[in-house]
Amino acid sequence: MKNYFKYLPVLALGFVACEPELENPIDEPGFYSGGEADFTNYVALGNSLTSGTADGALYITGQQNSYPNILAQQFETVQDTDGFDQPLVDDNVGGLLAGGNQIVSNRLVLAVGSDGNPAPVVYDGTPTTDITNILSGPFNNMGVPGAKSFHLLAPGYGDLAGVSAGTSNPYFVRFASAPEASVIEDAIAQDPTFFSLWIGNNDVLAYATSGGTGEDQTGNLDPSTYGPSDITDPNVFASVYSQMVTALTGTGADGILINIPDVTSLPYFTTVPNNALDLDAETAANLTGFFQAVAGIFAQGAIQQGVPVEQAQALAAQYALTFNEGPNRFLIDVPVSETNPLGFRQMTEDELLVLTIDQGALAQGYGSVVLTPEVMQVLGLLQQGGQPSQEQAQLVLDAVSGIDDEDALDTSELANIEAATNEYNTTIQGLAQANGLAFFDARAKLIQVATEGIPFDAGVVTSTFATGGAFSLDGVHPTPRGQAIIANGLIDEINSTFNATVPKVNIGNYGTITLSNEVQ
Amino acid sequence: MKKLLFLTVFALATAVTYAGGYRVSLQGQRALAMGHTGVAVVNSAELGFFNPSGLVYLENRLNVSAGVSAVFSDVVFQNDEFGQMARTDSPVGTPFYLYASYKINDWLTLGLSAYTPYGSTVEWEDDWAGSHLVNNIDLQAIYIQPVASVKLSRYFSVGGGPIFVTGGVNFNRNLNRTLTDLEGNRSNVTVDATGVSAWGWSGSMMFTPTERLRVGFNYRSEIILEAEGGEATFSNIPNSPLTPFQNTTFDAGLPLPAEVSVGLSYQLMDKWLFAFDYNQTLWSAYNSLDIDFADPSIPDSENIRNYKNSSIYRFGMQYDANDMFTLRAGYYFDESPVQAGYFAPETPRNDSHGFTGGLSLNVNERFAIDASFLYIRFDEVDASYDFYFEDDQAVPFGGTYKSSAFIPGLGVTYKL
Repeated sequence: MKNYFKYLPVLALGFVACEPELENPIDEPGFYSGGEADFTNYVALGNSLTSGTADGALYITGQQNSYPNILAQQFETVQDTDGFDQPLVDDNVGGLLAGGNQIVSNRLVLAVGSDGNPAPVVYDGTPTTDITNILSGPFNNMGVPGAKSFHLLAPGYGDLAGVSAGTSNPYFVRFASAPEASVIEDAIAQDPTFFSLWIGNNDVLAYATSGGTGEDQTGNLDPSTYGPSDITDPNVFASVYSQMVTALTGTGADGILINIPDVTSLPYFTTVPNNALDLDAETAANLTGFFQAVAGIFAQGAIQQGVPVEQAQALAAQYALTFNEGPNRFLIDVPVSETNPLGFRQMTEDELLVLTIDQGALAQGYGSVVLTPEVMQVLGLLQQGGQPSQEQAQLVLDAVSGIDDEDALDTSELANIEAATNEYNTTIQGLAQANGLAFFDARAKLIQVATEGIPFDAGVVTSTFATGGAFSLDGVHPTPRGQAIIANGLIDEINSTFNATVPKVNIGNYGTITLSNEVQ
Repeated sequence: MKKLLFLTVFALATAVTYAGGYRVSLQGQRALAMGHTGVAVVNSAELGFFNPSGLVYLENRLNVSAGVSAVFSDVVFQNDEFGQMARTDSPVGTPFYLYASYKINDWLTLGLSAYTPYGSTVEWEDDWAGSHLVNNIDLQAIYIQPVASVKLSRYFSVGGGPIFVTGGVNFNRNLNRTLTDLEGNRSNVTVDATGVSAWGWSGSMMFTPTERLRVGFNYRSEIILEAEGGEATFSNIPNSPLTPFQNTTFDAGLPLPAEVSVGLSYQLMDKWLFAFDYNQTLWSAYNSLDIDFADPSIPDSENIRNYKNSSIYRFGMQYDANDMFTLRAGYYFDESPVQAGYFAPETPRNDSHGFTGGLSLNVNERFAIDASFLYIRFDEVDASYDFYFEDDQAVPFGGTYKSSAFIPGLGVTYKL
């Protein structure tokens, strides 16, 4: 009997061997092909979009759904790879600590308020990711939130000592190989076989999200003199971008370059319409009357100061704004000038408001007129043909509440952004062609999301804030589903450039925004 | 020795298993070895399942058959468009049977049967690509049936009896394809109902025109397991009024469909027996799996199945080699009840070919050991389930499936 026991393992292994085998299993080498590309060691460079930032913060599930991580998972179906390591933060709260003190705020979640309406609110959790905790790399995902093009070349960008002064980046501090290291050095040191580079967004976006409060530094070739909200000079961009591409391709790696989307594709700038001043007939008439009063007061004051009557009336005419029942465009503040001495005007059709504008204030007259009882009294006086005192006249002028620069992008600011974006994109596409790299037109893809939407098996993904599916609650960074759309776009270009057959992902399997009522 | 044993255990532990569909035709090692034919075979107390009317023809006064099978089974799924692949990792299923019959007199035999004709254990990896349809399911049903067999003439007998069923189901799936809690854990629901009981019956006839030829008919009624007040447990639900999934109870009905069997057996010379069975399982009763949650704020779950009646064609033969050994072999073709577009991965069942073999070792005149094995070969199939909805939009889930099963079984027969 004992002799038979030795056959037992054989029999048992026989059962195991009965696992069903597909005729063409996708995990068999050669089912998919990388073509001329080798994905053994993929390194992704970029900013917050690359890191997986969403909802205004970096947190684990966002990182797990970053387009580089999605790409890496698909590459894994094509060939054996060395894996894809990310500098994961410690929690899903978002936010950063430096030596125990919070320096970056928590993520946003969609919470239902006491009024029953859902809105983005800061999550109420204690962040645990302390930047003094240096991770040991290397990391394949080198996306550094906040980085501009020239930052990737900057030595010391991960130096803890520079965080408080703003000369280094708290996210890169966490995983820089050394305090004096640069992002590009750490990327090259990994000897990538394939890379992606999506940098330059912040070179215009920081200016845009600040409402254009920064400077357009076009013409200034010294980035060390730039403020955080400035537009990078396109020649500086071209120079640093080309250095990065040279360094990356110098390792023999293939890769893909990604261009810069229009800020007008982002819900951060398209959610609050510039004509959200919704008036009934009576209020519209009151406002029209008010601005006639403003024009009258201005003309009178100007004439008193010796301005010729015709010129005074011509200048005053711009303030005699007419309002109609229904939607009307807001007023914005502009610099006081000879042609616009009061320093406000109505917004033009293409000008934009930022997502973070105080909507409560808008309802109280921000962007139009704060009609206090005192102001109404003066208006009444004027209607009866009375002559207001200088103080009373000033009261009327002060009631005008134009939208601040930081809450709006005006025509000239938009022109600055567009000009820089176009120049950056010309550089990126040119370098992709010159170096035989794949090129993904993220700008066109996000325009598609914003205009027609991206169809998928359960509907259409759009850029509508909160509900559209593509953008997280900060209005700038993608949701996991948005990241999957980007990953699929990259895969298309990689496949066509390198004759590869990397499978795409089903974007319907990727989530959108996160619900929670645990909020601050 | 220890090393060998370890290797054995390890190999079994990593075996991936699957119990195809939820009709499990393993109701007797002797019949199974002959392609699970038996409606017209008078051989042992296994008739207590296959055709109770035949029990009266058994020669001995007391007949007992008992056995158990080990279901090693496996499903692999892939979707080459999206590079998805998944394999089940199900525990070994162990369907069993116990039949006893006692001849009261020449025309009446009474008996008791216990068997497990329905059941399914499928465990996919949690959060796999089809996890919004199923993560895992465990369905068990035990049939307990007193039977009577009455000989009306030398040529004709009838039999049958009431069936008591006790069963339970445990089923887990993710709520949809994307919902998670804040930590990214997929929101899911487990429905669990145990000790669900129901009644049914079976009736049968056997016609013996000559000594060598028998014709049998058996009908087993549909039994609907009505789970009332089962437990529904929701996990990883976001803390939000927008997702009001609280643990609650549920009602659901799962049909164990009726089955009609007809067949014949023919004794060739003294040593050979040939058998043919035709089964039809009335799966059209399985229209939809509807889970009615008690909490009104939780939408009820409707899962359309739309099964069709399915046929099985079985062929078996037996050879009495000598006093010690009886050898058996068989084949069957099992038609899937699943229609195109309704291929749900909790019962990933398509057309299959069953190859069977086995033997009885007659230890003495009274006692025999019955061994069988069944290898089920499934065709590779490109299939999808098209009736999962997100926001009222049908979202098909599909790919290529391939299943296989290897099922050894062991039993004993005792007669007095």
